[in-house]
Amino acid sequence: MRSNRLRYVTQSVAKILIWIAALSTIAVMILILFQILREGLPILRLSFFTQSPKSMGREGGILTPIIGTVALTVVAIIVATPLGVGTAVFLREYTRESRISRVIRFGTDCLAGVPSIIFGLFGFVFFVIYLNMGWSILSGGLTLAAMILPTIICTTEEAIKAIPYSFREVSYSLGGTKWQTVTRAILPNALPGIFTGIILSVGRSIGETAAIILTAGSSLVMPTSLFSPIRTMAVHFYILAREGISMEMAYGTGAALILLVLFVNTIANGLLNRYIRHRS
Amino acid sequence: MEIKEKLIEKILLFIALSSISILALIAFFIFGEGLPFIWKIGPHAFLLGERWVPSHGEFGILPMIVGSFWVTLGALLLGIPLGLACAIFLCEWTPPLAATFLRPAIQLLAAIPSVIYGFWGLVVLVPLVRTYLGGPGLSILSGSVILGFMILPTIISISEDALRALPPYYKAGGLALGATHWQTIWRVLIPAARSGIVASIILGMGRAIGETMAMIMILGNAVKMPSSFLDSARTLTTNIGIEMGYASGSHRQALFATGVILFFIIMILNSSAIVLSRRRVE
Repeated sequence: MRSNRLRYVTQSVAKILIWIAALSTIAVMILILFQILREGLPILRLSFFTQSPKSMGREGGILTPIIGTVALTVVAIIVATPLGVGTAVFLREYTRESRISRVIRFGTDCLAGVPSIIFGLFGFVFFVIYLNMGWSILSGGLTLAAMILPTIICTTEEAIKAIPYSFREVSYSLGGTKWQTVTRAILPNALPGIFTGIILSVGRSIGETAAIILTAGSSLVMPTSLFSPIRTMAVHFYILAREGISMEMAYGTGAALILLVLFVNTIANGLLNRYIRHRS
Repeated sequence: MEIKEKLIEKILLFIALSSISILALIAFFIFGEGLPFIWKIGPHAFLLGERWVPSHGEFGILPMIVGSFWVTLGALLLGIPLGLACAIFLCEWTPPLAATFLRPAIQLLAAIPSVIYGFWGLVVLVPLVRTYLGGPGLSILSGSVILGFMILPTIISISEDALRALPPYYKAGGLALGATHWQTIWRVLIPAARSGIVASIILGMGRAIGETMAMIMILGNAVKMPSSFLDSARTLTTNIGIEMGYASGSHRQALFATGVILFFIIMILNSSAIVLSRRRVE
């Protein structure tokens, strides 16, 4: 039997190691943000956001990539939200545990783990070539929609799950049909949760690169329609850094990207916290 | 009224089915492009071939399989202990102040785009490795370290859920038997949360194998069998990511075939993680 002292020594060592692990996780996060913001923030002048990139991105700003990011995200959200919310409502309100719900849940869980490069390959062969949409906002947006769908389904399901059963009983007792219950009692109350899912998806769309580069292309020309190719901020950042076009511009774009992601994330967390407090 | 309700139910069923049909579509189109190619050159030559020279019609992806394997292993060596430690920190002895910093830090690690990780690896980590350990710096080691941090949020959040889902009397029982807090964690709580923790590791592994952009920027992308942790390497994902932009004909098919292999690996990992976490719920 181990002596009592040894047990406490082991415990102290373990505690110290765990503290080190926790602190180094925080440190790495700070190091990444610090490095990019230190070099990138001085570049973020107003003109950086209002000018289009010139000479492949060596000069000018990032207006076109910003438009690209917004356009792709909007398309993705518009397509994925009704699909995702519909799926979640079906899973929660229209079916009990059955074979079909198990298949659907397994499918969405698997979809959530598919790597973005696979979505890129799929989007390329399906939207760009098979449906003949070319490298375009639409191809990229639809590919992104497929990627964020699991997030929206999952958060909507959680939101619906959290609604007390009495809400449904009241609606039915007033003579409401199932659909009226869903639209008047369930969805309005699940709205903050659904919204959180959408914001999280926006965050993912902003950072996505591999799938977009294969489906939306990397054009720097100002888009004129849904069928124009486009470059997003993340793709622009990648190309600037990898092809060594301009480190200065890369840092600037990276800083803008991080600030945007931080902003979106803060909103999502704020919403989530308020929502949780509201519920409990 | 009755008809309208039935119709709505059918529409919702249709929506739900189309959501998962995306997975089927992905499989169908990627297999459709890639499988005939594997069939044509033979699974043996494709999977075990050591040479990848598309211009000469040589398509062996063994170096990429080996590359993916080493990078993922390296990432897990860093990610598992760090992730488990953070999960324990968050559920078991969270000093409130530290937790207020750790939790947002983990959320941010999850939110940072992979190109940013890649860039940071390129400008900070790669020069460090090159200066202090030698080699090109663009290496399996650099890639593994970055990937280890990228998979942390996955490992932490799912293991933390698994630990929190344990009934409180597990911990109470351990402590009541005279075990120290640490002994209770190590001998009671972690074994009890085993399946959830394993699921978190498998999902982290899936993320590591699937990561593309950061790895393109850090690994150096040389097509050869890596012989040490300081060698440059190419993974299955980066092989697709780098060459897809200009590939055509059988070269493009070969990249889709690489995607088929990747898809297989990911599906096996995903389904085992799902089965494991289901078991936990029951």
